[in-house]
Amino acid sequence: MGAIALQGVKKSFGGVAVIPGVDLEIENGEFVVFVGPSGCGKSTLLRLIAGLEDASGGMIRINGKDATALPPARRGLAMVFQSYALYPHMSVYRNIAFPLKMAGVDKAEIDRKVRGAAATLNLTDYLDRRPGQLSGGQRQRVAIGRAIVREPAAFLFDEPLSNLDAALRVSMRLEISELHQKLGATMVYVTHDQVEAMTMADKIVVLNRGAIEQVGSPLELYRSPANLFVAAFIGSPKMNLIEGAAAAAHGANTIGVRPEHLTLSREAGDWKGVVTIAEHLGSDTFLHVEGEGVGAVTARVSGEFGAGPGDTVHMTPEAGRVYRFGADGKAMA
Amino acid sequence: MARAHTPARKAAISAVAWTVALLIFFPILWTVLTSFKTEGQAVSTPPVFVFFDWTWENYATVQERSNYARHAMNSVVISVGSTLLALLIAVPAAWSMAFSPTKHTKNILMWMLSTKMMPAVGVLVPIYLLFRDWGLLDTLGGLVAVMALINLPIVVWMLYTYFKEIPGEILEAARMDGAGLSAEIIHVLAPMAVPGIASTMLLNVILAWNEAFWTLNLTAAKAAPLTAFIASYSSPEGLFWAKLSAASTMAILPILVLGWFSQKQLVRGLTFGAVK
Repeated sequence: MGAIALQGVKKSFGGVAVIPGVDLEIENGEFVVFVGPSGCGKSTLLRLIAGLEDASGGMIRINGKDATALPPARRGLAMVFQSYALYPHMSVYRNIAFPLKMAGVDKAEIDRKVRGAAATLNLTDYLDRRPGQLSGGQRQRVAIGRAIVREPAAFLFDEPLSNLDAALRVSMRLEISELHQKLGATMVYVTHDQVEAMTMADKIVVLNRGAIEQVGSPLELYRSPANLFVAAFIGSPKMNLIEGAAAAAHGANTIGVRPEHLTLSREAGDWKGVVTIAEHLGSDTFLHVEGEGVGAVTARVSGEFGAGPGDTVHMTPEAGRVYRFGADGKAMA
Repeated sequence: MARAHTPARKAAISAVAWTVALLIFFPILWTVLTSFKTEGQAVSTPPVFVFFDWTWENYATVQERSNYARHAMNSVVISVGSTLLALLIAVPAAWSMAFSPTKHTKNILMWMLSTKMMPAVGVLVPIYLLFRDWGLLDTLGGLVAVMALINLPIVVWMLYTYFKEIPGEILEAARMDGAGLSAEIIHVLAPMAVPGIASTMLLNVILAWNEAFWTLNLTAAKAAPLTAFIASYSSPEGLFWAKLSAASTMAILPILVLGWFSQKQLVRGLTFGAVK
């Protein structure tokens, strides 16, 4: 069981409201990702759930019970930190065993659980080592092991992959997703990386300036962004946002077209432009185009597209894939 | 880019370092050498450096005239006692300042340090009178208290910089793992802070051992430590350089040995927080 509910949760630091008031429901077993730019309050929100920060207002319920004033240890949650936060003077075994020792579990049970977690995380050969003797990925696995053995109501992850290199990040991402499927536990995961958010989440919470911009499944957010912020934040490369006459032609203040929803042609199309940079990835080609009347636009073409800087191309947005936004930045029906 | 050191440059740097080190060490060396001279050789002009009649006579005389063991024991009690007392107060103080700072923490730390800048003689009279009224003059308890208090700012500062180096996330992790305050301190903080506490203790023992102003002014005979023992050889009847040197050598020997074997910790303690 690991349902978490935030009701009007607020946090201020010295008169500055970093979380002006958040309402959110996290279902049992869900993988929820808080995503947003730096300073949007996503880590603060996670720390409020963890109990590492005191809420300035509102209520936090864990499994239906008011946990707002409970200390971290009594919330039944486990947290994995960005810096791993392992105990440097303890072996891997003792690091993983620590929460069980604190809970007064007997030695035989501790041993069974620690070895079980180590086996799950491929750490069996490293149990006698100190954190300083491990690689970044192994340290992160120890941190996860320390969280697993407690069998918590929910796991909280605070940008756990930020300190890893790109290749390791991808494999750890998969490992965490597999772990979620295996354990079926509630996981709340903070990241600024929207690829992590899109690939791992059941539900994404997009935050901006301490407020929730939109909550939904990755594809809901991708297909139906509620406003310009979400539209620009979700998707890679970023959605093209176009104002002026091209937008007015669609009856909107701003229109948004994702790079992958632009059809390119050398002969004809809605918007004519000149290629400024061409990025050939093999599987895809990204063309950065200076379009007439639409400004700088990025187009994504599947496979190879023979165009280079200075070439003229024509772009046509796919039917039904043009997002319209009003003057207030909100999506129009 | 790393600076290139040619062999000649390295040799020059070594020569300068050795010269400076010898200059600093020279007074101690001279004291030790003088302690093995006769009183006549000790004041001879030009001074004799190594080629003199080496004698243990001064040590024997000093041993006869005064009770070295008692003074040494007083020094141990005062330096170790005051260090433990200072730690007892400073550990929780530094802990709270490092991990739950308020907007006034820096000011409090600066204020504490500023008390070290005050000349000790400025508060001698009130402290002397308090000691007299409370019956603390020439008592070990009184000296332990005063030594602990005068070194407290340094102890708090050193521990504070040490504790600041312990990442807050590790403490938060311990809290998430179910550790209460005492478990957090015993299992996580203390083991991580042991090197810092040890080097702070070491430095404080040395400072208290070498302190002369308060020990000379607040003791007479019973509680007099080694500093008073040395001073007793600078008497109105005349200076006995060789015996004074023997007494000084005997007084600094224990702390010199302690310092020699704990150089690494001492340097780390003194430079901690200066560089990461």
